[in-house]
Order: sequence, then structure tokens, then C-alpha cells
Amino acid sequence: MSEAACLPELLPLYYRRLFPFSQYHRWLSYGGVTKNYFQNREFSFTLKDDIYVRYQSFSNQNELEKEIQKMNPYKIDIGAVYSHRPNQHNTVKSGTFQALEKELVFDIDMTDYDDVRRCCSSADICTKCWILMTIAIRIIDRALREDFGFRHLLWVYSGRRGVHCWVCDEAARKLSVAARSAVAEYLTLVKGGEETVKKVQLSDPVHPFIKESLAVVRRYFTDYALVGQDIMGSKESMDKVVALVPDDILAALQAEKNPTKRWEKLKVIVQQKQASSKKSYYTEEEIMLQYCYPRLDVNVSKGVNHLLKSPFSVHPKTGRISVPIDLRELGQFNPFDVPTIRSVFGIFSDYKRTSLAKYVKLFDQFVEEMERSRKGELLRRTDLQKDF
Amino acid sequence: MLFGGRKKKGVENPQTELYGHCLQLYTQPPLENISLVEFEQFAVDRMKLLKTVENLGVTHIKTSEDYSKKLHAEISSLNFPHRTEVSTFIVPAVASEYEKRRKDHISHFILRLAYCQTEDLRRWFIQQEMDLFRHRFNDLSPKSKSDFLHRNSLQYETISVEEKKSLMEKLINSSYAFSGCTVEEQDFYKVPFQDALDLVRMRKVFVKDGFAYVPHQDIVTIVLNDYRTRLSKALALTARSLPVVQSDERLQPLLSHLSHAYVGQDYSIQKNIGKISLEQIDSLSTKSFPPCMRQLHKALRDSHHLRHGGRMQYGLFLKGIGLTLDQALQFWRAEFLRGKVDADKFDKAYAYSIRHMFGKEGKRTDYTPYSCMKVILSNPPSQGDHHGCPFRHSDPELLKQKLQSYKISSGGINQILELVKGMHYQLACQKYFELTHSIDDAGFSLNHPNQYFSESQKLLTGGKEVKRELDSPRRPHAAAGSENSKAPPETPSSSNRVPQEVMDDLDSFFQEE
Repeated sequence: MSEAACLPELLPLYYRRLFPFSQYHRWLSYGGVTKNYFQNREFSFTLKDDIYVRYQSFSNQNELEKEIQKMNPYKIDIGAVYSHRPNQHNTVKSGTFQALEKELVFDIDMTDYDDVRRCCSSADICTKCWILMTIAIRIIDRALREDFGFRHLLWVYSGRRGVHCWVCDEAARKLSVAARSAVAEYLTLVKGGEETVKKVQLSDPVHPFIKESLAVVRRYFTDYALVGQDIMGSKESMDKVVALVPDDILAALQAEKNPTKRWEKLKVIVQQKQASSKKSYYTEEEIMLQYCYPRLDVNVSKGVNHLLKSPFSVHPKTGRISVPIDLRELGQFNPFDVPTIRSVFGIFSDYKRTSLAKYVKLFDQFVEEMERSRKGELLRRTDLQKDF
Repeated sequence: MLFGGRKKKGVENPQTELYGHCLQLYTQPPLENISLVEFEQFAVDRMKLLKTVENLGVTHIKTSEDYSKKLHAEISSLNFPHRTEVSTFIVPAVASEYEKRRKDHISHFILRLAYCQTEDLRRWFIQQEMDLFRHRFNDLSPKSKSDFLHRNSLQYETISVEEKKSLMEKLINSSYAFSGCTVEEQDFYKVPFQDALDLVRMRKVFVKDGFAYVPHQDIVTIVLNDYRTRLSKALALTARSLPVVQSDERLQPLLSHLSHAYVGQDYSIQKNIGKISLEQIDSLSTKSFPPCMRQLHKALRDSHHLRHGGRMQYGLFLKGIGLTLDQALQFWRAEFLRGKVDADKFDKAYAYSIRHMFGKEGKRTDYTPYSCMKVILSNPPSQGDHHGCPFRHSDPELLKQKLQSYKISSGGINQILELVKGMHYQLACQKYFELTHSIDDAGFSLNHPNQYFSESQKLLTGGKEVKRELDSPRRPHAAAGSENSKAPPETPSSSNRVPQEVMDDLDSFFQEE
């Protein structure tokens, strides 16, 4: 029996025994600082038979638990905090029901890399191309923390072919649509659709953000692209690389039989060109970025009212649970080891039962860290007031 | 604003402070009485100015000398204030300078009334006002700029010499205008990144810990950002009080004429509904579709699928050419079913969004087909997408190949590529129209894909199908992106008291181009 087929039977058990309602509620209440923050939050459920219901909202943790245990949603999405309770939006005067705040979110999907990965395509992933997610997380996480000053980031495995990032800082939740799109564009380096061959163009001066991102890409490029994806290994894939280089150098590269040495040769040729030219060539960097740099869906990040899959939601097709990712052990993360709705109940004769415990603990630590930070901020503010 | 029939006497006024600088952010509405004549004159003059701003903005690079000179000339000729050598610390001794600033102030607020009603109008108004502001601000002397910043409480702290030293290399690499010495010479402001979005978005500044390090020379972008936010909020508020204003019969005809003149044809109201059959679409796509839609149609036929951006752009276009909701559902369903989607999934997921496009779901807004400006400027395509404007978003090499496959002559292709290089995407598309229809002059200024389609159909069917509303004169130098001459002139109601000469003047102005 497939994972999907087990959902009707196992979801009720999951929602009764394993879903971390307490931490979930603590997270979304954000310390109760803003009145009705949790009550005005929209959730949406996808129920069995693809029935989709929006504008779900709950008064407290108990109501949330009871509703979810009653409806057993196949998928849970989290939306924005609105001006009124979403489940009463029809009673509100037209035009006054508005999305006010939401976490800043990012969605990185492996399908968006189809033009540069040879091992898989579409919804498939494997350990070879998963490195792209590792690279993406390192680059985006660094930028969000160091450049934008955000501190409370929750990275979550989407359950099939990508990762999500939830930026939960107060400043992030209050960002306007324009600000969200500006952040997403700042983080965008790969541009263009089917009709664009060269998707990364660099010119002087190279912004510090690009330099930092390149440093990450360089660490992984050889293993990922040259060895794993073997981009210099066949004429067909070399064609694609060479299409990104200003000159026709394919023949020169083919003369060299070793794929890794081909890359070295390419670098040498570009350097020679650089030496005899006034303008700067960033060919090597541009190729590396086109093959490895994260591809974001800007539309997901832009909208304040955009709904995104909830952490600890189950993926209806793969059965995998959307678990938080521990960035301290990012290199060891294997999407194929993530618990599924079946494995978490030990419904495999040949595998050991997997546990959700470490992921719930990670989530717990995340929520606690935010609470600690909030307390600290409050103390700072009252201290300032005491001075007067 | 209070309206009376008589003109205000004298120049005594408590608003000296308000007009202490030639530039302002229009935070306070005018409180004086103003005559109807002045009301109309001011509005018309500012309209002319904003239209010039729009035209120049499409045909010139906005920071070029040519642009500045021409805009400056228009500002002067219409008697609006610009960079003045007069010291701004004393009450402007020259009455005319004061008058200019007052006109600037009042005319801006009048146009807010005309342009607050729809999203499109607001967007247009904000765009032109921002371009106008940018030009005027950049024109100021450095001292005048600082004075302006102080008056408007845009105080951000500058970074210390030590901090600058430690960040030197990063600051240098954040903008191409910099070398080590210019960084040392200039003040850098630490601005919360939310206040410097345009600079952040394009990575034109160094960003650290949530702050953008903005050099003095770029402070105009920050000010513009602030201006846009204020104006946007203000317009939304204005829209709410509009019914009261519109009920004033002296003003209603003028205001609606002003805003109508811009909107013109937006293809939101379907004409020729049901005149197109689904079987015709394939052949229409090669004959009468603009390249953006031709490309989308082909991609749809080839992969039996389109992503969201493509579905919106193409779906709304089809609505605009006259497809009914039922036809649209049939069309998309048939194609998607040839692909990986099963009937069930289509009915659940995609049908909803098609009905949404026709205003039959959700908010029930009837969505308007995208104009060229919208296609070019918003939602650029990424991996897997086929929407956007081919002249803007395709690699020149690929564009060339595509044009060759469409059997365009190589001379024609070169002309098109030249226009693309100059960023005149709509003119490039217009040239494509001329080449594919074997005519010398399109005879219209292209700014909407549905316009392309109806003009093409007119030519191919000898003008029998679609009734033309206005005759547009041949315009060999038509600036792409600006249009309004298709707007039928509003006939003022008989009870209005707007002088006929003013209305005639407006009419002729709007038909002139």
C-alpha cells in the first residue's frame, strides 16, 4: 500500500498522538503580545477528495486541536494574520477585511533547477541534486541574518522536492508587499525563462552579497557539478556549459578527455581572454552561479496573504512529514531519511520505526529561542523607561 | 478645499512656510478658496506636464541631458516652479515664484481627485509624479537638497569615519560610481532597509544588519520611496471621499474627463463576444496575435500546459479578444487533458481560476487583460515560464532565431533588434506588426496586446468587424506607451457650469497627439 493510500487511516492517529500542538500554538501566538494574533490567523485545509477550505481560524490551542482532529486535513497551509477572524470574514464590511502581517517566507523548489540538473527532473530528487538545497540554505540563511539582520529563521523540508524558510522576526512579519519583493529580488541572481540561455550576468563592481554567495558556491561546485552532475562529461551537457561562454571553445574542451581537467582548461582559456582585454570577465563565476545558485519563487515571498504549507504537515503524495531542518547538521540532512506517515508508526516490516522526536525538539528550541529573545527585548524596553 | 465663485483677494497668507522651498511632498492640502477658472487651468496645465513626463520617459533615458533639458523647458513654459537661484530662506520676493509654487501645490491635489479611482489610474499618476519629482530634486543645488531633507524630517544618521574605514571595500563594491576617494568624501547614511527598497532591490547599496548604507548621492531614491508610499496612501484615502466631490456638478465633468482621457481603451469590456471560434485560434495566433501571445499559444500547444503567469497573461488576452467563459473552459480543458492533467484535476484546480478571470469567483472583479506596460514591467519570467514580452525578456540571439522562424526579412530583424537595444520594446513590436502585415506605418501607437489583435483583424478583414471609435491620425514619431486619443470625449451634462471654452480646450488637447 502506498503512503497516500494510508493517509485516511493514519492521519487521525498522527493528529492525536504526534502533531506538536503545544509548540505550534506557542509559535503562532508570538507571546500574546499583539491581541488576537493567533485568533486572526488564517489556516487552510485540504481535505480528502481534494476539498479545499480557506479562512479557517481558531480561538485557542484547544479549538485548533479539536478541529484538526475532527477534519483530519491531508494538508495544512498557514496564511496571514488578518484584521478580523478569518472564519468570520463574510460578516465583515467589504473592503475592511485585510491581511495585516505574516512571516516572510521563501520557497525553493527543485523543479526550478531542471535546466541545470542531469540526474533528475520535475518532482524527482536524489542525494546528488539535494546538494542544491544545501547550497541554497547556506546562501539565503547567511544573507537573511547578516545582511538583513533577521534572527528567527525556521527552515523546513517541504516533503517532496524542496525547502521552505519562515522568517519569524517581528520586523519580518510587518513587512509590506514592496519590501518582501525587494528582499526577494536582492536575493535573485538567476534570471530568465525558457527563452534565456545565459541566466547570470555579472559586471563590475561585484556586490558584496554576490561575493559571499560565490564563496559558498565555490565550496560545493567541484563535488556537485563536476563530479556529481558531471557537467563536463558529455558533449550534450558540455554544449550547455559552453553556450554560456563568450567564445566557441567547445572543440578545445573536447580535446581534453578528463571532465575535471576540462573545467580547468575552461578557466585557463577565460583567463587568457581576460589578460588581453580591458573589461572584466566573470565567465567562471557566472557558470557556477547558473548551475548552483538558489532559485526562488518571488511570488511566494511577495504576498502578505500567500498561504504556505505548514511545518509538520504531511505531504499527500510522498507521505513525508514537513520537518524542520537542523542547520547545525545541514551536511548530513537526507530527505530520504525523513519520517513518513507510515514509518513514524513503524508500518514497515523491514525498517525500524522512525521518530519525530528530534524534529519536535528542534521546533521546540526554535520557539523557546524566540520567547527568550522577546523577554530580553521587553526587559530592555522597561529598563529604558525606568531611566525616566 | 472650499469652492466659491469668487477669486481670492490679495496674496496675504499664512502659507509662507509651506512654500518656503520650490519642491514639496504635498503633505498638506490647500486650504484656500479657489475659482473654478483657476481650478480648471491648473488641472489642465499639470495634466499637460505629466503627459510630457510620460512621453519623455518612454523615449529617453530619464537621467540623460536631453531628457532634463526638454522637461525643464516644459516646466518653465507651463509656469511650474523649478530650481531657483532665489534664496529659500526669505519669503520669495518675486510674486510669480510664489504663484508657481502655489499652482504646483493646488494642481497636484486636483489631479489626485481625478486619478484616485482605479488601480490603473493611481499607478499612472504615481509613476509620473515620481518621475517629475526625481527630475526636480536632482536639479537642485546640494545645499537646496539638504535644506529639503531637513524640512521634511528625513534625518538619517551618517556613519562614523571609523565605521566607514572598516567597511571601505564593501562600500566601494556596492555601486559602480565609487572609488576609494569618493567613498571617503561622501557622507553615508545608515537607513533601515525598509526605507531604501529600490536601492536594496537592485543591490545598489551595501546592506548589513538590516541597514542600507546609502551614499548622499543616492538619497533621492530614499526620498522617492517615501514619496511613493505617502502618495499611495493619500490616493487611497482620497478615493473614499470622492463621492462627495463628484456630486458637485461643477467638478464632475472635468474630473471624469481628466481621468478618462488617460484610460481610454483597456479592453476590460468585452466586445465581439463569441465572434471567435476555437478552431480559428491556431491560425489567428500566427496572423493576428502579438509575439508574446503567439509564443504562449505555441508553448501551450506543445506542452499542453502553462504555468500561472502564462495562464494569466494568455487567458486574459483570450478573454479580451472575445472568448466566452464556456469557450475558454473548453479550450483550456481540451489542451490540458492532452497533457498530464486528468479531467478531475482540471475541474477542481484550473477551472476555478479561469472562472476567476471572468469575474465569476472570489472577489468577482472582472480582471483586465494586461497592457504592454504591465507585461513588460511586472512578473518577469523565470525557468519554465513562457510569459512576458519577447522583446524585453528573450535573449537577443533567441529572439532573432524566433523572428527568422516567423519568416521576417533580415533587414526587418535588424531594425527590430536595434529598437530592442534602445529598450523601445513596444516600438519593436509595432515594427513586427508592420513587417508581418506588409505595411509601412502601423497607424497606431501600440500599448496593448489586444490592441495589436484588433488592429490586425481590422487590416485583414477590411475593417468590417470592429467599429473604430475614433480615427487616430498617422503618427510616425508616436511614442510607445502613451495613448489616449482613442478616448471618446465626454459630453458634459447640460447642468454643468464649466465654461465651454475650457472644455473645448481640453477636447482639442486630448485629441492633438
